[in-house]
Amino acid sequence: MSTPMVRAEGVRKHFGRLEVLQGIDLTVERGQVCCLLGPSGSGKSTFLRCINHLEKVDGGKLTVDGELVGYRQHGDRLHELREREVADRRRDIGMVFQRFNLFPHMTAVENVMEAPVKVAGVSRAEAREQAHALLEQVGLGDRAGHYPAQLSGGQQQRVAIARALAMKPKLMLFDEPTSALDPELVGDVLDVMRQLAADGMTMVVVTHEIGFAREVGDTAVFMDEGVVVEAGDPRRVLVDPEQERTRAFLSKVL
Amino acid sequence: MIDTKSPSATTTRAQELEVVPVRNYGRWVAAIASLMALVGLVGSLAKNDNLRWDIVGDYLFADLIFDGLATTLWLTAAAMLLGLGLGTLIAVMRLSSSPVLYGLANAFVWVFRGTPLLVQIIFWGYAAALYKYVKIGVPFTDITFFQAETNALLTPAIAALLALGLNEAAYASEIVRAGIQSVDPGQAEAAHSLGMRPALTMRRIVLPQAMRVIIPPMGNETINMLKMTALVSVISAHDLMSNIQDVYAQNYQVIPMLVVASIWYLALVTLLGVPQAWLERHYGRGTTRAGHVSPFRRLLGGTVERLGKNSKEQSR
Repeated sequence: MSTPMVRAEGVRKHFGRLEVLQGIDLTVERGQVCCLLGPSGSGKSTFLRCINHLEKVDGGKLTVDGELVGYRQHGDRLHELREREVADRRRDIGMVFQRFNLFPHMTAVENVMEAPVKVAGVSRAEAREQAHALLEQVGLGDRAGHYPAQLSGGQQQRVAIARALAMKPKLMLFDEPTSALDPELVGDVLDVMRQLAADGMTMVVVTHEIGFAREVGDTAVFMDEGVVVEAGDPRRVLVDPEQERTRAFLSKVL
Repeated sequence: MIDTKSPSATTTRAQELEVVPVRNYGRWVAAIASLMALVGLVGSLAKNDNLRWDIVGDYLFADLIFDGLATTLWLTAAAMLLGLGLGTLIAVMRLSSSPVLYGLANAFVWVFRGTPLLVQIIFWGYAAALYKYVKIGVPFTDITFFQAETNALLTPAIAALLALGLNEAAYASEIVRAGIQSVDPGQAEAAHSLGMRPALTMRRIVLPQAMRVIIPPMGNETINMLKMTALVSVISAHDLMSNIQDVYAQNYQVIPMLVVASIWYLALVTLLGVPQAWLERHYGRGTTRAGHVSPFRRLLGGTVERLGKNSKEQSR
């Protein structure tokens, strides 16, 4: 078996005195889609942000593709990475945010081109061609010249997905990608994600879309109060859970 | 009882009714009275022989005035550049997590914002009284890399530039800091998640968005700076105001010479509105759905805007 894409062992994180993650164990294999579910404040978004070091892990061990997140190991010492080294490692981890976070001063195509040109050093012409292809892939080929303010929420989120894909990531992180959308726009975004999963992308998805998790997810992880309550096949965890806590949550959201 | 069948005045179709706007008699009276006052003022100025329009005309395009204008202009530009550059550095220092950098930046702003500009100008003008020589070397040793007489380095123009630029840096740092803090932290996170390093994120993502917030107050600062250069006449830096003072010290025509100065300051301030509008438009891209107002329209102010108002509202 090859190294898993994401491996968490006893990952801990606290904000001040508040323990947000109290020892998370989790493994995401290559090509798998892992859905994180749970009530607000359960720590699922924080855990996702730890994976690309937007939050610093306080304890435990977290690796992406076999490499420690945020640290370099020398013997039995961990050296904290410089910000530029962290940045270099984030290159091939794509992230999609709840609030899209598109760059408002750039058009859709410029948003998608920015990182390939400025970070990966791809030529502008090549990056533009690739950006147009990606926008086409998310169904927005005709919106390339629009500024984010001129796009609907669903369109903005699909541009954000194209922007993350432009760096050819080996792992995609989704932080409640459909929570800020009007209900009728959710479908378009989920369709794009479904297609990504079908193409074999490794994905970690924080979501409230139980239907999506059941249909697309390879594993479902139910979290509450900073611990993993239950994890496994979504068709079991989300249909016939073993834990009372999971059952109570599902009965409220379904 | 409500009778829906019978025709009455209230059911007449709206199109057939004449609309009578509110008549603001009080406003008309006020407008006429203030216009009359204005005409009276202009008339009395025009007829006042003490104003000596002939002298205003003689000096308006005099070489001495143009020399002063040139100094005023480069002093304004250089002081603003120094202020903005140093101000940005201080803003970044104040946002730094190092307590030493933060403290130094705060102290700088405290001193240069807390003392009058006039005092600072005179101080730099007379700095030679404090240090006769300027030496750069290793402290507490005799090693010296550079040494010069303070008076030779600190010409009035350089002293003026230092005074204006350092003072401006204190104000600019606050404006830049507010601009940087106005950008949604999610923007930097998105940039980081794409693998952009901190410096690149600042340059490509945060600062361009901060500029939208920074430019209007910096435009104000530039206009202020242009006028504040007049203060450096106290150390005779040969700016516009210094030269004007030199002239009226000889010919005693104080008022006509001040009119000359005012005309030029007004003209320059008006012209400054053009690049400001252009910059605002440049950094405002992507923020509005409607078309932008061109700088020339901005320059002409309300009149054109009001004429174009209807068409603009339709396009929204």
